[in-house]
Amino acid sequence: MSDMNLTVHVWRQKDAKSPGKMVPYKVTGVSEHASFLEMLDILNEQLQAKGEEPVAFDHDCREGICGMCSLMINGRPHGGQKATTTCQLHMRKFKDGEEIFVEPWRAGAFPVLRDLSVDRTSFEKIQQAGGFVSTNVGSAPDANSVPIPKEDADRAMDAAACIGCGACVAACPNGSAMLFVGAKLAHLHSLPQGQAERGHRTQAMVNAMDAAGFGNCSNHYECEAACPKEISRDVISLMNKDYVKASFTHRERSGKGDGGA
Amino acid sequence: MSWFQRYMRSSIGAKQVMAVTGLGMVLFALIHMTGHLQMFGGRDMYNGYAHFLQHLEVKWVARLGLIAIVVIHIFTAISLVMKNRAARPVAYAMYKPVASTPMSRYMAMTGLVILAFIIYHLLHFTIGTVQPQYFHMLDDKGRYDAYSMFVRGFQNVGIFASYAVAVFMLCMHLGHGASSWIQSLGWRHPKYGTDKLGPILGIVLFLGYIAPPTAVLIGMIKLPGA
Ligand code: SF4
Ligand code: FES
Repeated sequence: MSDMNLTVHVWRQKDAKSPGKMVPYKVTGVSEHASFLEMLDILNEQLQAKGEEPVAFDHDCREGICGMCSLMINGRPHGGQKATTTCQLHMRKFKDGEEIFVEPWRAGAFPVLRDLSVDRTSFEKIQQAGGFVSTNVGSAPDANSVPIPKEDADRAMDAAACIGCGACVAACPNGSAMLFVGAKLAHLHSLPQGQAERGHRTQAMVNAMDAAGFGNCSNHYECEAACPKEISRDVISLMNKDYVKASFTHRERSGKGDGGA
Repeated sequence: MSWFQRYMRSSIGAKQVMAVTGLGMVLFALIHMTGHLQMFGGRDMYNGYAHFLQHLEVKWVARLGLIAIVVIHIFTAISLVMKNRAARPVAYAMYKPVASTPMSRYMAMTGLVILAFIIYHLLHFTIGTVQPQYFHMLDDKGRYDAYSMFVRGFQNVGIFASYAVAVFMLCMHLGHGASSWIQSLGWRHPKYGTDKLGPILGIVLFLGYIAPPTAVLIGMIKLPGA
């Protein structure tokens, strides 16, 4: 197969405050071996050659592990190919002459910074609220002193695969972030190291999620279908159970006698 | 804010409120259905059941409890729909859902149709303003003749049709809701195929509710002496 010529409809928005709109562009001579982001690179070169502003979009590793790439392609997050990030999506999946629609993630908690680039600080805030374990440095226990069943280790690994891309939020009809938050919680709560702060962590992260203005899960499961890391809806179920338990039974930190934290 | 208020206002608390109140209504719907299947047992059996319900000691406790459940379910739903709209202020130019179903996406719409029907249904059979001429008849044992009121109601094709639409909407609503609550409470477990519970319950209730009126419409269940 030879090179492809495409029409790409792209969301153009000057900055967070300006209104935006979809603008069609012709892009020519795209190799079928190019990734989707490389196709956008080619588009940007052609735009710059004409003296136009290139399209802003997020990317970093381009190998499916960092979670920066974030495009709604033809109505599907990351283009809708199973277990694939936008950077790993290849142009051979498209046809010569095809019209492609590219939009940013749409969520109030992910404001557009420019064109296709959105601000995902809200995810950082959720992580900072509890997505860690507190340990003393310099006292790492012997590796095998805490036995962990293989099934638990596997479940923790599966949840830890979340790269924080936000496709779950983008896919959800309600703009809910529960797959992301559920994955972060399930990662730590499947392991003994996560148990000490379990109640506090669940409440802190869910409260941070609500405060950021994400929508409410109504169990459509679009998130699970869109997730490039195939995070299961089971993590949401676990979070729901932990949250009700923590709400009704967890003795919350009083600020007194807990080391002043 | 107390811990309880914070729980109730949280995203997860709200969906658990939807789950528990929804479950309460599903249980009522099942009991109500078995009650009306007694139409097949004849006039004496059905009127006996109606008489028993009318004279239940806890009738108003049950009624007020149900009303409270319905009101909480509706107000929580309204607040959730509003928050979810606000969570996506700019719509996609192109959006293709793949995992959700018409059942899950039209919950608010089917819910509103069911609400409208319940009000009409109460006016018809509980308050008696739809067909008042049949409302205060007694049977030969001096009890309210609920059986004849039922038959006269569903001999009317218009009433039958509105009932069929409402019961279908109920089936759709439960097709999502009656399995969704398990996930919302965090009880979903891969060993049990609970995602099928909603559609199964929806179909069971649809058939159970549509059977007695259909039997009336096709003349299988008749007025006494007819
Ligand atoms: S759960 Fe999946 S879709 Fe959501 S942020 Fe993590 S990797 Fe992305
Ligand atoms: S650019 Fe890093 S995951 Fe796509």
